[in-house]
Amino acid sequence: MRFTKDHEWVLVDGDIATVGITAYAAEQLGDVVFVETPEVGKSVAKGDNMAVVESVKAASDVYAPVSGEVIESNAELSSAPETVNAVPEAGGWFAKIKLSDPSEVDELMDKTAYDAFLEGL
Amino acid sequence: MIAGRVASSLPESCVSDPAADLKKTPLYDAHVAAGARMVPFAGYAMPVQYRDGVMKEHLWTREHAGLFDVSHMGQARLRGVSPLSAFEEVAPGDFIGLKPGKQRYSVLLNKKGGIIDDLMAARPDDDGLFVVVNGACKENDFKVIDNELAGQVKIERLESRALLALQGPEAATVLAAHVPEAATMVFMDCRALTAFGVDAIISRSGYTGEDGYEISVPGDAAAAVWATLLADERVKPIGLGARDSLRLEAGLPLYGHDLDETVSPIEGGLGFAVAKKRRDAGDFPGASRIMAERADGPTRIRVGLHVDGAPAREGAQIADELGEIVGVVTSGGFSPSLGYPIALGFVPPALAEVGTKVSVIVRGKPQLAVVTELPFVPHRYIRKL
Repeated sequence: MRFTKDHEWVLVDGDIATVGITAYAAEQLGDVVFVETPEVGKSVAKGDNMAVVESVKAASDVYAPVSGEVIESNAELSSAPETVNAVPEAGGWFAKIKLSDPSEVDELMDKTAYDAFLEGL
Repeated sequence: MIAGRVASSLPESCVSDPAADLKKTPLYDAHVAAGARMVPFAGYAMPVQYRDGVMKEHLWTREHAGLFDVSHMGQARLRGVSPLSAFEEVAPGDFIGLKPGKQRYSVLLNKKGGIIDDLMAARPDDDGLFVVVNGACKENDFKVIDNELAGQVKIERLESRALLALQGPEAATVLAAHVPEAATMVFMDCRALTAFGVDAIISRSGYTGEDGYEISVPGDAAAAVWATLLADERVKPIGLGARDSLRLEAGLPLYGHDLDETVSPIEGGLGFAVAKKRRDAGDFPGASRIMAERADGPTRIRVGLHVDGAPAREGAQIADELGEIVGVVTSGGFSPSLGYPIALGFVPPALAEVGTKVSVIVRGKPQLAVVTELPFVPHRYIRKL
């Protein structure tokens, strides 16, 4: 699993990246009450607003950690947004993206680097 | 994504400089020790939430008792030859008729009938008028009162005092264990008394829609009172995040969001704050506008909305069924008690009927919203014993 400074995670299988928000992000947000996932077929560039996650008091953007085409989005989050808090780095995934530039993944932090990044916050 | 859009419903209201050094309430250390997330609010470092988070804190207050630090609010005594009648020059309530031991909700009005701030004014004893105003507005409020009532009232700011709110269905039994007299009070009673061994001013009121009390104590006694109340297992500390979602469910406006200097009491759904005696006399600031709005209806009015889909936050536009923009959401979020998004906003009176369908525009997309009776969650005030 790879991570961004904006607290998204990426898990790559072949040329498909599953993306979500990290446990740290979910904890900081508090109880997630609404998630807007991207439409299937949408092309996203790294850094684009890809999704929105809302807690009781605020809405936050989720940025695409990699570029590509959205091939699946997590329909379960519309009826059970609390999944993001329960299992942020597993069942609480947001979307699956077909990578247009797999080398982008190499630029992301690994677990050790992300943990060190969190330590410094 | 944390640094992304944070459409918090808790930005600062009125005039305050967010870059200025933050003040601390006497309970600052207690908040930090309890794991609070501290944020700038009204010029103070305030707890937005504790470890439990907004949702759990909100629901705890609705089921048990929540303890809030609201020491950022402005407390003052207004004294003079006849401070009650003097105060009627800046607010439209019947203060001459305010009996000792009673408190009233009111608004400070500008010359155009717009709301400078909303406030509580009480007679806890015979020592003039005790007022509590919004923290972010307090400097301006007291300047306005001082200017308008120069020579009539002298303001003593009670900046060294703390203000605690104990709210929820178990608040009364919790407080009665320490202050038996509190059990003899009803909603909007306010008394000066000795409580927790110090001089306190206690009112049975609050900002959650629940039964409860607001407790003013000297700042140097606040930490001990806070700890004493929290020692009761029915009580948990509650942050400003849940305070905001609780007041929203209770349909209570938040100054700087649902109310500002352009909004009249009639538009703001606060017509009850304009006393009949004062209407008959028409002797308050902005009376001509406010009387005309009472007679002919205002051009906009504050309503409650049950929102379908994503929460509609402050600033979201409201459209009619033809897609015409007719109003704006002034505060909104997710209702923890109801399990769906709710909002307050302004629409023309023709669209203010309960059941009217409108849309709210969230991130460019229209979503259904239905005008709903306020409060969203019934008030549970104790009006008689």
